[in-house]
Amino acid sequence: MGIAAMLGTPVKRREDPRLITGQATYVDDIKLLGMLHMTVLRSPYGHARINTINTDAARQLPGVVAVYTAQDIKGTVGNIPVAAPLPPHITSGMGRRLPLAEEKVRFYGDPVAIVIAENRYIARDALDLIDVDYEPLPVAIDVEKAMQPDSPILYEEFKTNVATSMHPSSEQIDKIFADTVANGGVIVKERFVNQRLAPSPMETRGVVAEYRKSDKALSLWSSSQIPHLLRNYLAIQLGLEQNQVRVIVPEVGGGFGCKLNIYPEEALASFAAMKTGRPVKWIEDRDENLAATIHGRDQVNYLEAAATRDGKVVGLKFHVISDMGSYLQFFTDVIAIAFTLPMLSGCYDIPNIYSSCDTVFTNKAPTDAYRGAGRPEATYMVERAMDVIANELKRDPAEIRLLNFVQPEQFPHTMATGALYDSGNYGAALEKALDIIAYDKLREEQKQKRAQGKLMGIGISSYVEMCGIGPKGTTPFGLYESARVRIEQSGTVIVYTGTSPHGQGEETTFAQIVGNALSIPQEKVLVLHGDTDSTPEGRGTYGSRTTSVGGSAVFQATERLKEKMKTIAASMLEASASDIELEDEKFTVAGSPQKSVPFKKVAAAANTSNTLPPGIEPGLETTVFFEPEACTFPFGTHICVVEVDQDTGEPEITRYVAVDDCGKQLNPLIVAGQVHGGIAQGVGQAMYEEVVYNEDGQLLTSTFMDYAMPIAPELPHFELGHTVTPTNVNPLGVKGVGEAGTIGSTPAVAAAIADALGVAHIDMPLKSEKLWRIIHKQ
Amino acid sequence: MSVPAAFDYHPATSVDEAIALLQQYGDEAKLLAGGHSLIPAMKLRLSQPEHLIDIGKISSLSYIREEQDHIVIGGLTTYVQIEQSDLLRKHFPLLPEATSMVGDQQVRNRGTIGGSIAHSDPAADLPGVVLALKAEIVVQGPQGKRTIPADDFFVDTFTTALAPDEILIEFRLPKATGSTGSAYDKLANKASHYAIAGCAAVITRGQDGSCSAASIAITGATVRTIRARAVENALVGKQLSETVIAEAVSHATDGEDMIVDIHGSEEYRRKMAAVVARRAIMRALERI
Amino acid sequence: MTTKRSITVTVNGQQHQTEVEPRMLLVHYLREVLDLTGTHIGCNTSQCGACVVMLNGEAIKSCTVLAVQADGGEVLTIEGLAPEGGLHPIQEGFWEKHGLQCGFCTPGMIMASYQLLKNNPHPTETEIRRGLEGNICRCTGYQNIVKAVQDASERMSTSAETPVPAGD
Ligand SMILES: Cc1cc2nc3c(=O)[nH]c(=O)nc-3n(C[C@H](O)[C@H](O)[C@H](O)COP(=O)(O)OP(=O)(O)OC[C@H]3O[C@@H](n4cnc5c(N)ncnc54)[C@H](O)[C@@H]3O)c2cc1C
Ligand code: FES
Ligand code: FES
Repeated sequence: MGIAAMLGTPVKRREDPRLITGQATYVDDIKLLGMLHMTVLRSPYGHARINTINTDAARQLPGVVAVYTAQDIKGTVGNIPVAAPLPPHITSGMGRRLPLAEEKVRFYGDPVAIVIAENRYIARDALDLIDVDYEPLPVAIDVEKAMQPDSPILYEEFKTNVATSMHPSSEQIDKIFADTVANGGVIVKERFVNQRLAPSPMETRGVVAEYRKSDKALSLWSSSQIPHLLRNYLAIQLGLEQNQVRVIVPEVGGGFGCKLNIYPEEALASFAAMKTGRPVKWIEDRDENLAATIHGRDQVNYLEAAATRDGKVVGLKFHVISDMGSYLQFFTDVIAIAFTLPMLSGCYDIPNIYSSCDTVFTNKAPTDAYRGAGRPEATYMVERAMDVIANELKRDPAEIRLLNFVQPEQFPHTMATGALYDSGNYGAALEKALDIIAYDKLREEQKQKRAQGKLMGIGISSYVEMCGIGPKGTTPFGLYESARVRIEQSGTVIVYTGTSPHGQGEETTFAQIVGNALSIPQEKVLVLHGDTDSTPEGRGTYGSRTTSVGGSAVFQATERLKEKMKTIAASMLEASASDIELEDEKFTVAGSPQKSVPFKKVAAAANTSNTLPPGIEPGLETTVFFEPEACTFPFGTHICVVEVDQDTGEPEITRYVAVDDCGKQLNPLIVAGQVHGGIAQGVGQAMYEEVVYNEDGQLLTSTFMDYAMPIAPELPHFELGHTVTPTNVNPLGVKGVGEAGTIGSTPAVAAAIADALGVAHIDMPLKSEKLWRIIHKQ
Repeated sequence: MSVPAAFDYHPATSVDEAIALLQQYGDEAKLLAGGHSLIPAMKLRLSQPEHLIDIGKISSLSYIREEQDHIVIGGLTTYVQIEQSDLLRKHFPLLPEATSMVGDQQVRNRGTIGGSIAHSDPAADLPGVVLALKAEIVVQGPQGKRTIPADDFFVDTFTTALAPDEILIEFRLPKATGSTGSAYDKLANKASHYAIAGCAAVITRGQDGSCSAASIAITGATVRTIRARAVENALVGKQLSETVIAEAVSHATDGEDMIVDIHGSEEYRRKMAAVVARRAIMRALERI
Repeated sequence: MTTKRSITVTVNGQQHQTEVEPRMLLVHYLREVLDLTGTHIGCNTSQCGACVVMLNGEAIKSCTVLAVQADGGEVLTIEGLAPEGGLHPIQEGFWEKHGLQCGFCTPGMIMASYQLLKNNPHPTETEIRRGLEGNICRCTGYQNIVKAVQDASERMSTSAETPVPAGD
């Protein structure tokens, strides 16, 4: 076999054999000797005072080992960790919680007690025997009402639900708007609701905890995206040393951001294992997942845009309200501020951007990062703004975009928001998408269909996102990535990465990077991740960072070993290291191809040491930490075509074109897969998904009977194209593609449906009844 | 953990045995057929029977056959059997058509027509079909068998004319006479894919081309599965033009209590019942 | 306390006799009693299809069937689809066409595809999408799953279903 490792080729995933045969181990597949099962009793109220909890009957049920409430864990288990608490209130404790509710419950699903039993069925039965006396309190559900002085308050001591309020002076932007009007320009205004979503990975969360008392050694298996961060923070929560906690992330059935978190159940299962001396497993049920795992998005946004008559956007003014739900999870308080606000210029060269922001607590599940985390919200607002402007000026939405794009020669470019974009060619991506879909013809077809009374719509979304987080200083813990690379005596390479891929296929991509760098078949590279005892300190997999940041660490570590091997080969070949070349699994001397030594032999020499030249340290192993200087900014254009049924309001996507630019593509098969999945989730937000609470704070979408996600017959065949604009932010020239599809697709679908109905804007999800009401003016 | 509460399990090998078990355990017992309504309810602990009488293996209740001027279907016949039945495709294509819209392949492999009708979920598809086809529903209890016309069967949401100790054993479908066409149309919600509104329509055309009989049932929209008499009355005796049909279906849910949930308001469901009714009637006409 | 029942179920060709609580779901029987953890649980309301296995030749959601209902029956799970060390053409199709990402829905998808191709060996794209309507995948957007089933359909018609060894 030749060297099949080459970067940029569609290598089949090496992860797959275990996954397609049912041999992969997810957390629920772990069975330990003497293992107990945990279930969680959750609040049926959105907001209530807990008067008493009686657990006697539950404790007496045969097979129940223990029942714990907040009283039991207090003083032993610390608060749920928060990555970056913001002043003024959060730094003073607002929104912080113990893993079990004390005194008050603040959302439907808030954990109140846990049962530890011999098996799941008994643990479930015992929940029904716990008697909690609640005193229901009025709820704050609507975020804008929650900001009012007369709203019920979640954290009474703070006398408000608003945690952070940023309202810089708007004098300058107001003047620009006034000037625009004076010069005959246009101002458009719109309110956007970016609805609450449930991330819903197909595998819910789950934990197995095992504790050895003799040396205080806790092992925790968790379905997580962040093994090291989880270990570090859990250690603090439990009063253990970092080295006493080992986190193992087995196979993970999807995360989409919701497993980028440290949850109550991780500390609770650990606590129970420490108390009972037996391993404890907790597997989240889907209704718990929909109620108590973080939700995503949930912003209410106000936009004002100023543009000249000929379509140049001169200013955007935003007010962002972030509904954080009831408590802080890991990134809850910073999603809007750190990820939405910097991206409010989108792909456009807009000289003046103003944003204000409020972050607010409500009696709903905490919100946090969900695929895109803050950037989809920004993209949605900016893209909807471009359409609203185009609509107002009666101009084609493609034209307005082309007119306002940052031009290729302007990069690197600092936007009015302060974000520094690395590279881009937005016009090229848009033109390509127009080309694939035959835009002019399509608009013709639309005219004809309209003439026949059919509601056809075309929507365009040009997005740019910020990923590969992220430079020094972004978080208190640093957002570097790591790789330890070891080359065995046999020449097999083992990569230990600090990232934690869970479907993104980096076991394959990283093997390609290494195989390519060492000119060996990628099959001779093994990639390991997820065990904090064997992998170097890393930050995990999220924010489309694994390949760009983690892959760069792998690349640099490999290059370092390659240099060392060259030195060894040079001595073996009696040549100068600078003359050594590596190709086809052998080191040769430049200009004398007959002088060569196989890769394997050099690996053996390094590992056995006896034949090494003096001064060379034995072994072939190195660890690299890579901390990017800046973020990357992938981009692209998506075009969606829909038809809406006149009678029922049901929308159907008839065509979908996506042109994405994620820099260099290391494995096009995987890139396309990421784009497909991303589009499906973005379509989900546009057309199907919405977490709904009623006015009493009851969750109405607590099962998949009510929380809708796209299924196969509802999605079209996606037509993909790409452009390649590399970045020099990292040595691989890659940008990241994990979230692109989600970010690009939602506004495209929303635009297409608004276009079909001939209106400027409709809030998501674009369900049939809502559309029917617009069509029939009901 | 979504698991049923504990119960005792009694597999029945015959209808008589099942009836005896029903008598023995009374209110504490429930019949289990395909389990695709009952088990989900038990997992969510909405239903907690202490005794489960499994009739799923009484294979003598699983059949589709022709008996003179009737097609008869055993109470435990599964959706797939119905979907794949040539006999039904020939005589009552409405039934396989509607059945193919129930749930998904896995659900159709397990669920039974008897279970669906006995359960009488207003959002379910087959109750409407059984109504529109004017099925005679044969039930058996300690006193023997009796036949209930479909029109008298569906009493209220999840409530039927079936007595607690009776088992639904057979559906008898009178073969159509004259020129008849039928169709089922459904607007499904995007989460559970149950109907927001559905309509089963059977239209018979007389010698003169006018509608001589119409049987229209609505599912999904109203709190119980109903025959839309007002629609039927507005159709019968008329030449069925688009205007006549449009006028007729506007009365599809007149006077009925409606289901209201996050998938559709009362108003939307009324309007959609009319839309699916119009579509079903039009398709039924085309098929005559 | 309820009475346990003894059941006999043939799973992947092997007969098992076990005492179970009547309320035990088939999926838990497979996963926890027989340690066949390839069958997954993704919801509690029978929507997701992660738990699909074949029971007596028909695809079913094993979270919605009691183990006692499978008494005397034959079950085929993802673990039994191909002989030890081999891959079924559907598994190959999923691998070849990148029909999975996190892999959690995959065993259920593969088993649902198995039923689909059994009923209809040469399905169109629309038929494939429709045939998989009881299975949710949150990762792939379904496109490569469709391709995987198409690929499997071709393989099965040319190779007459001869499993190939893994790691080709
Ligand atoms: C994921 C999913 C999707 C679904 N989608 C749809 C859909 O789109 N449309 C639709 O119509 N349905 C749908 N269903 C429901 C499905 O059709 C059920 O299978 C059916 O309603 C019940 O039939 P069963 O044989 O499974 O009955 P079971 O669940 O076994 O029983 C249901 C009830 O009827 C009683 N019962 C059963 N058989 C008899 C009998 N012979 N005599 C007296 N009483 C009896 C039982 O005691 C029980 O109370 C769906 C179900 C699931 C799980
Ligand atoms: S676990 Fe069975 S359908 Fe979801
Ligand atoms: S591959 Fe992850 S859910 Fe389908």
